[in-house]
Amino acid sequence: MIPLKVNGQERSFDGDPDLPLLWYLRDVLGLTGTKFGCGMALCGACTVHRDGKAIRSCATKMSTLAGSEITTIEAISKDGLHPVQEKWIEFNVPQCGYCQSGQIMQAISLLKEKPKPTDGDIDAGMSGNICRCGTYQRIRAAIKAAAGETV
Amino acid sequence: MSDNILNVSRRGFLQGMVSTGALILSVRLVPDFLWAAETATGTRADHAILHPSAFVGIDTDGTVYIVAHRSEMGTSSRTSVPLILADELDADWKRVKLEQAIGDPRYGDQDTDGSHSVRSFYDGMREAGATARLMLTQAAAKQWGVPVSECHSDLHAIVHKGSNRKAGYGELAAAAAALPVPKKEELKFKPKSEWRYIGKGASIYDLADICTGKAGYGMDARLDGMVYASVEHPPVLGGKVKSYDQKAPLQVRGVKQTIPIKPFTPPHHFQPLGGVAVIADNTWAAFQGRKKLNVAWDNGPNASYNSDQYKKELHDTARKPGKVVRNIGDVDAVFAKGGKVVEADYYLPHLAHATMEPPVALADYRNGKVTIWAPTQNPQAVQETVAEELGIPKENVICHVPLLGGGFGRKSKPDYAAEAAILSKALGRPVKVVWSREDDIKFGFYHSVAAMYIKAALDEKGKPTAWLQRSVFPPIGSTFALNTTYGDAGEMALGWTDVPFDLPNHRAENGPAENHVRIGWFRSVANIYHAFAVQSFANELAHTAGRDPLEYLLELIGPARIVDVKASAPEYANYDGSPQDYPLDTARMRRVVEVAAEKSGWGKGKPGKGSGMGIAVHRSFLTYVATVAQVEVDDKGEVKIPAVHTAVDAGLVVNPEATRAQFEGAAVFGTSIVRSGEITAKNGAIEQSNFDSYPVARMNEAPYKTNVYIVDSDAPPAGVGEPGVPPFAPAVCNAIFAATGRRIRELPLSRATTGA
Repeated sequence: MIPLKVNGQERSFDGDPDLPLLWYLRDVLGLTGTKFGCGMALCGACTVHRDGKAIRSCATKMSTLAGSEITTIEAISKDGLHPVQEKWIEFNVPQCGYCQSGQIMQAISLLKEKPKPTDGDIDAGMSGNICRCGTYQRIRAAIKAAAGETV
Repeated sequence: MSDNILNVSRRGFLQGMVSTGALILSVRLVPDFLWAAETATGTRADHAILHPSAFVGIDTDGTVYIVAHRSEMGTSSRTSVPLILADELDADWKRVKLEQAIGDPRYGDQDTDGSHSVRSFYDGMREAGATARLMLTQAAAKQWGVPVSECHSDLHAIVHKGSNRKAGYGELAAAAAALPVPKKEELKFKPKSEWRYIGKGASIYDLADICTGKAGYGMDARLDGMVYASVEHPPVLGGKVKSYDQKAPLQVRGVKQTIPIKPFTPPHHFQPLGGVAVIADNTWAAFQGRKKLNVAWDNGPNASYNSDQYKKELHDTARKPGKVVRNIGDVDAVFAKGGKVVEADYYLPHLAHATMEPPVALADYRNGKVTIWAPTQNPQAVQETVAEELGIPKENVICHVPLLGGGFGRKSKPDYAAEAAILSKALGRPVKVVWSREDDIKFGFYHSVAAMYIKAALDEKGKPTAWLQRSVFPPIGSTFALNTTYGDAGEMALGWTDVPFDLPNHRAENGPAENHVRIGWFRSVANIYHAFAVQSFANELAHTAGRDPLEYLLELIGPARIVDVKASAPEYANYDGSPQDYPLDTARMRRVVEVAAEKSGWGKGKPGKGSGMGIAVHRSFLTYVATVAQVEVDDKGEVKIPAVHTAVDAGLVVNPEATRAQFEGAAVFGTSIVRSGEITAKNGAIEQSNFDSYPVARMNEAPYKTNVYIVDSDAPPAGVGEPGVPPFAPAVCNAIFAATGRRIRELPLSRATTGA
């Protein structure tokens, strides 16, 4: 039995300990906001927070999560929208939108570490998250705006 | 189905509510995310009290239901097409609820490809909106006992000028429903000055849901009692299973069983590739089970396909006379005279779509009918393909269309939906087929590999007196018919027969090439390689002549005129646009070149070391696009793209913000093509598998800023999803030449060889 918290709820997992967190969230719990993109931590679509920090859920085995607190896009804001989500909406970031849960989770984690990120910080923080539609410049603008910069 | 709903003419459009009794299924299982709300008994638009067309319904509470019948893959079709209807209806967009259509011919064409959702449905949407508005106006006039001419709409209400009376659409809906549907001749369309949304646009309908993880993609479809499947496909096209281990996969926790899928019957069309499916109680277990299958394959004749060898063959073919697809004057006579000649070979490899959401589909087969949830660009093709595979009438295939996590042409081909249907039928329960990223990269319908050869004779000023261009690529037609080796007229029209240059002697040819993998539409299709060759060559000639590439390009385009392409290329298709509405107009082409150049500061200031600007222009999907790319190349040859300036004349633009986004995205898509996009085969099997071996542009590699300038235009609407892609690669490569003197004739840069 692996005890963990998902979006504030106590859970215990007794399936295959090698199961990546992504599939526990999606296929077992039905939390489909977290996306499958590559299965190898190459694209960032599956990004969630473990104890407040961004991780790739597709490459995180359930066996490593005992006692962890997992937060997904569905619960990143307790009520209303997270300020980063607000900026995503204001800047019309998404096109197809499939990668954007992961982008938002990554951006929130980045801003926690670097409240006033430089372009270099944004490149370093966000380049693990692929957007095939190519929304990068809006992502950059939304992050800067969320950091209080005038964009 | 009755005939009238198959009729996509105006009457069919407007007769609206029809019996869909034949489609009724038990509605026991419906995914909870299902905003794709059309059920087997029709849409809420159909069921609204006023429903003068299949596309719109108005309820007594004032809710306007608009049916989005085109797929949403990131181009804003689901928003921008209904927005046209809402504008003409004078509806309050905040009170509009969108419903995503199932696949159904009553909506007309639903194949969301070719950048024509707005172009093809602009008139129909306005008509549907104007019809409903007129009926509401008539109902109000009747109620108030005043002439219809004294009443007009005012944002979700009808008002009477003289008496200041006002009634909301909801209040009038029942009375309007009692009136006959007016004829088209009776409709009055809003003048441009009264447009609320057309030209102003709106954020995409699903924006907030996307940003909060609530939006429903194909990958997110779920049904009670469903199982997950993952399919081990033949590594070589046309390969067959000889044997596999039926027991070992069952040792994986969660795996339930294995099921073979029969190979396709050539030509492959959209049939599944065949192979072995592993069924499990979660996606990951199905993936793991496949590793234990140990399939022995009979690879078949395509195992001889090797990209290195094939590339040589394409280049050789391009150096030989091909089929003439366009001819002006006599290039041979000019070449025979001798004089200065420039020639060059260009090459672009296969590319994979790599949509962020890999192919996926959920199917529920029961009693001879199947309901499918698939992220598809073409739900009617899902119906046809699945019906064929299962041997049932296509009316018994219900295809719901959730959001697509990217499409780019891949999801016009529904092989993955057919897999889900086959497996659901075999298992008697709902099955969700999930492709891994490796499946997506290795088993795509690839953008065609292509070799081009161009030769020009130049006069003393460096202007071409003759221009010969040859293009060779395995054609998309190979999907549908065996032994198809030449491009069809539609494919040749993608930037090859429609080169708009002012040339006295000009010949375009196409050479044959056999396919050994599946070839398919890919965002802007053959325009990618054709624009790369033509716009690179134009730039080469400019430098040969010692001229400014911008001036030289404008001179090649020549004076403002309408180019009658058909006169020299009789089969020219012009994207099915009529020559009256959509002529090839060099004035518009010159304009975008001038705007992009001016905005980029072309020719002003001296570029620093390793910096340069490049320009390219291309018309595709009836839209004119010029791109200036600014590059910085460091000592190691690493290319950065600090700025891109793109000028666009797409005719009337319904949604400018979404349009700008398409061109920003096209620059990133183009960056992937330039930097790293390459699919190769060895012994028939694709060598790439995930984003490590098939990299796509990341934030630190993408253009830092793409500036999009939409040129005001009175022309009818044209495409915006694809046309940003073709000029991008040549603009960047021309910039690299300006910065370094290194001529790129082959992509990606990661493998590029240097030309003379």
